[in-house]
Amino acid sequence: MPKAIREVYGAALAELGAQNEDIVVLDADLSGSTKSAMFGKAFPERFFNMGIAESNMVSTAAGLSTTGKIPFVNTFTVFLTTLGLIATRAQVCYGNLNVKFGGAYCGMSDAFDGASHHATEDIAVMRSLPNMTVIAPADAAATRWATRFAAETWGPMYLRLSRDVYPDLYPEDYPFQLGKGAIVREGRDVTVIACGLLVHNAIAAAEELEKEKGVSVRVVDMYSIKPIDKDLILRCAAETGAIVTAEEHNIYGGLGGAVSEVLAWGGAGVPTEFVGIQDTFTESGPYKQLLAKYGVDAAGVRAGIEKVLARKK
Amino acid sequence: MPITAQRTAELKTLCRRFRREALEAVAAIQSGHPGGSLSVCEILTVLYQERMRVDASRPDDPDRDRLVLSKGHAAPMLYCNLIEKGFLPKGSLSTLRRIDSQLQGHACIHTPGVDMSAGPLGIGLAAAQGMAMGLRLNGSAARVYCVLGDGETEEGAVWEAATSAPKFALDNLCAILDYNKVQLDGTTDEVMPLRDMPGKWTAFGWNVLRCDGHDIPALTEALDAAERCKGKPTIIIADTIKGKGVSFMEGKAAWHGKAISPEDLERALQELGGDK
Repeated sequence: MPKAIREVYGAALAELGAQNEDIVVLDADLSGSTKSAMFGKAFPERFFNMGIAESNMVSTAAGLSTTGKIPFVNTFTVFLTTLGLIATRAQVCYGNLNVKFGGAYCGMSDAFDGASHHATEDIAVMRSLPNMTVIAPADAAATRWATRFAAETWGPMYLRLSRDVYPDLYPEDYPFQLGKGAIVREGRDVTVIACGLLVHNAIAAAEELEKEKGVSVRVVDMYSIKPIDKDLILRCAAETGAIVTAEEHNIYGGLGGAVSEVLAWGGAGVPTEFVGIQDTFTESGPYKQLLAKYGVDAAGVRAGIEKVLARKK
Repeated sequence: MPITAQRTAELKTLCRRFRREALEAVAAIQSGHPGGSLSVCEILTVLYQERMRVDASRPDDPDRDRLVLSKGHAAPMLYCNLIEKGFLPKGSLSTLRRIDSQLQGHACIHTPGVDMSAGPLGIGLAAAQGMAMGLRLNGSAARVYCVLGDGETEEGAVWEAATSAPKFALDNLCAILDYNKVQLDGTTDEVMPLRDMPGKWTAFGWNVLRCDGHDIPALTEALDAAERCKGKPTIIIADTIKGKGVSFMEGKAAWHGKAISPEDLERALQELGGDK
């Protein structure tokens, strides 16, 4: 039974804490939700609850990193990437400091709390910062890898983490690599480039379409959003002739933006559709219903694929 | 140990030279912040030249004292001190704010001797707090200093760190407030009344000291008292004069971030006297 991504992250962090005593963890009064409390329980002397003060938390982490520590800061990512942003930009990224950002409750995964708690601009914000690495794991194995990778690799790094359970995709020993995406389903007619939950919804949409209409859909998990796998994007454009991006994020500036930059740079010239939140604020509700209403469930991805296929000559 | 009269005289001479050099650099590029550099002169000079344990031959010494210049616009006075300590080459102040220079308008951590980037106000104290936490975890006796502007305390983030540093009992952290009572648009009373400054920090749980921020023996004494205080962080509220040392700049908001004309520079240098 797969566990919620936040649980997987919290356990991975606590495990890393046992192996490396330079790891310190900070939270802004949400450690029970982000699961950083699992680290706090195991290593109370290296866990700092900063209270509801995100800017303070990120600046403190910046200072800690200059003394050889490897700080992981944690809170709901909608707050981390807004209230924590000035310190992230001016201290952490400008200084290329070794601070890790555990962005909990990405997309609409904090469903019932509504638009104020949904993170739908965080990829755009974080990937626009020089020196920042952006990783969005789509399953438990990827989350464990990303957490370990962050601890072992110098520099500012943002992990986009869900509150929710994701089905397993990868074997534990899958060779994840920064700057690489993974083809998780082969196909010839169109490629869906997705991250996080949308990888799973893309696979579901692909299977439906194959069964019902005989369409062959490739699905790429673009877990490394920055740096991004340019070769794979251009290869998919050349081989399948149409691209759909899919993310639990505004269609502007996120994965769709990153993929488009590569397609334009490479002169790919293939029809592209963007599955994501359509530049609107969301609302409270059950997660599944939100995903459906805002067009990011399997049906939403399917609609995107059908649109792009209609444009493909 | 109290500072000797001879050392005090040496530092006074140094401060006069730093004031001249900072003004010349700001005038040369016709951009920068003369007022705040002049008010913080003795604070930074006493810290770097007298009390902080830093050695330019070992810039990465894990047990070195740290300083976060949270009021980053006073960078020229920081650079004067770093040049004097040997972190930066002599003469490099003339490259201030110029293309390809190490000396950014607001100090950046990539510049030798600079412990934290600054510029956006309000976030330096929390970074200093993080350094103090890390040093304590490392078992280091090093101290962390954070120099704040008074206008800067209008930023909420200052009070986030003011709240948390006493929680963590960071007695290796010492903030120094350059309390010159003037900011860009006017006096602090006009722009945003700061009210009972010592009372605010006391209420937040800090050890609060107060001194004349241009009085070298008083500053050293306050820094030593801060080091003796255990169980909580200290703030030294240092009463200063914006533009100190140049009569026509003193207390004038207009000189917060104004370019200096050649004529005004000449008048200022004459007032500051001494060898060029």
